[in-house]
Amino acid sequence: MKVILAPAQLKLTIQRLAHQLTEDGIDFNNTVFIGIQPRGIKFADRVVDCIRTLYPKEKVQYGKLDITFYRDDVRKEIHIPNQTTINFSIEGKTVILIDDVLYTGRTIRSALDAILDFGRPNHVGLCTLIDRRFSRELPIQPDYCGKAIDSIVTQRVTVQWDLEQVVLH
Amino acid sequence: MQLSTKHLLGIRALTREDIELILTTAEQFKDVLQRPVKKVPSLRDVTIVNLFYENSTRTRISFELAEKRLSADTINFTAGGSSVSKGETLLDTVNNILSMKVDMVVMRHSASGAPYFLARHIPAAIINAGDGINEHPTQGLLDALSIKNALGTLEGVRVAIIGDIMHSRVAMSNIYLLKKMGAEVMVAGPPTLIPPYIQEAFGVKVEYKVREALEWCDVANVLRIQLERQNQPLFSSLREYNLSYGITRKLVDSLHKDIVIMHPGPINRGVELDSEVADSRHSLILQQVENGVAVRMAVLYLLAGKD
Repeated sequence: MKVILAPAQLKLTIQRLAHQLTEDGIDFNNTVFIGIQPRGIKFADRVVDCIRTLYPKEKVQYGKLDITFYRDDVRKEIHIPNQTTINFSIEGKTVILIDDVLYTGRTIRSALDAILDFGRPNHVGLCTLIDRRFSRELPIQPDYCGKAIDSIVTQRVTVQWDLEQVVLH
Repeated sequence: MQLSTKHLLGIRALTREDIELILTTAEQFKDVLQRPVKKVPSLRDVTIVNLFYENSTRTRISFELAEKRLSADTINFTAGGSSVSKGETLLDTVNNILSMKVDMVVMRHSASGAPYFLARHIPAAIINAGDGINEHPTQGLLDALSIKNALGTLEGVRVAIIGDIMHSRVAMSNIYLLKKMGAEVMVAGPPTLIPPYIQEAFGVKVEYKVREALEWCDVANVLRIQLERQNQPLFSSLREYNLSYGITRKLVDSLHKDIVIMHPGPINRGVELDSEVADSRHSLILQQVENGVAVRMAVLYLLAGKD
């Protein structure tokens, strides 16, 4: 098992991502952040908290999306859905999808289909903590990335929030 | 996590975990049904035939809606205008349909056990939409979901099922499910409509006076008097049934606590249930219908992946 991001680095990375997401003059009325269930939520919570600390006067729109019903492997395995909470419109807005690990890209593909059933966003961006590069099965890349790593199919990347670290095992 | 069975033939075969899984998944589908786009693509590659040998409007529409919301392809078969009237057997009919690559069968039949027979002979997943006087599992599940939403839990809840228990597959599925989930069950009605030994066989209380049943229960599930099922009159007249067993506004108002009223539909207004009660704030009847689509979506979704 290898530690890819130690606690101190993880904290800095999240802060850096929060700055990157907002540095180009973000319009909080027209931008929404959507965390992907189940594992992207903890990461998205942290990023959004950071953004709220940087901009205490702004209202940050943050929702949670479950993509279970949009998966392309429904017949292989049944997955139990989690809560989807999107209490705002995404019509004409910039949507930033937030997930912890980007691997094959299928989760994000499902998330795109799911989000398009809620409306037509102006622009969709992707923010991910770890990019398992060269492992993609679909043409999907992150716009904001914490750390890109090399990994093989037999390995797993887990974000251990209780230990505040990211491991490759 | 998945269901322990390949089919949904009855509540009897389900474990408590299965039931919880179905109810939790149904809650998620309820959310989906509130969205602007009420469809999800999960069952896009699945074809489902609705095989209804018995009349039904609400169950069939509910299943059809559930299937379409899951993006499945649906085929409707009603026995009336079909080869059944030319004498085709059940097995022949189903095998013919299956050879057109249909993946799942939703079946309602007047013979108890028909879905079990089918499950032994064909490879598709079978969902029982009501077989004779045996079971109506999706009704039991949607009733449970409605109670859970209204009262927060099923554990320890007192449910009185009132009416023609003898001929009711809805009553049977409700009894099996509620007992499995830790609720207390009472059946109430005229003695001619309650099977003997039901107390010993299923551990339910029996009550012949409707007022006592309502005073005891938290939830009253009122069954329809099934005129088409009875060959001999088991009570004197509809008017007399209403006088002795009808759930009237006066009766409900005179109780010492608020109870919740349910009915599987269609209601014989003025017979087993008065309009004022059916349309009152005590009634969960419309929620039951809403929950029906969500529960059926959950069942179809959870069974679709099984090989």
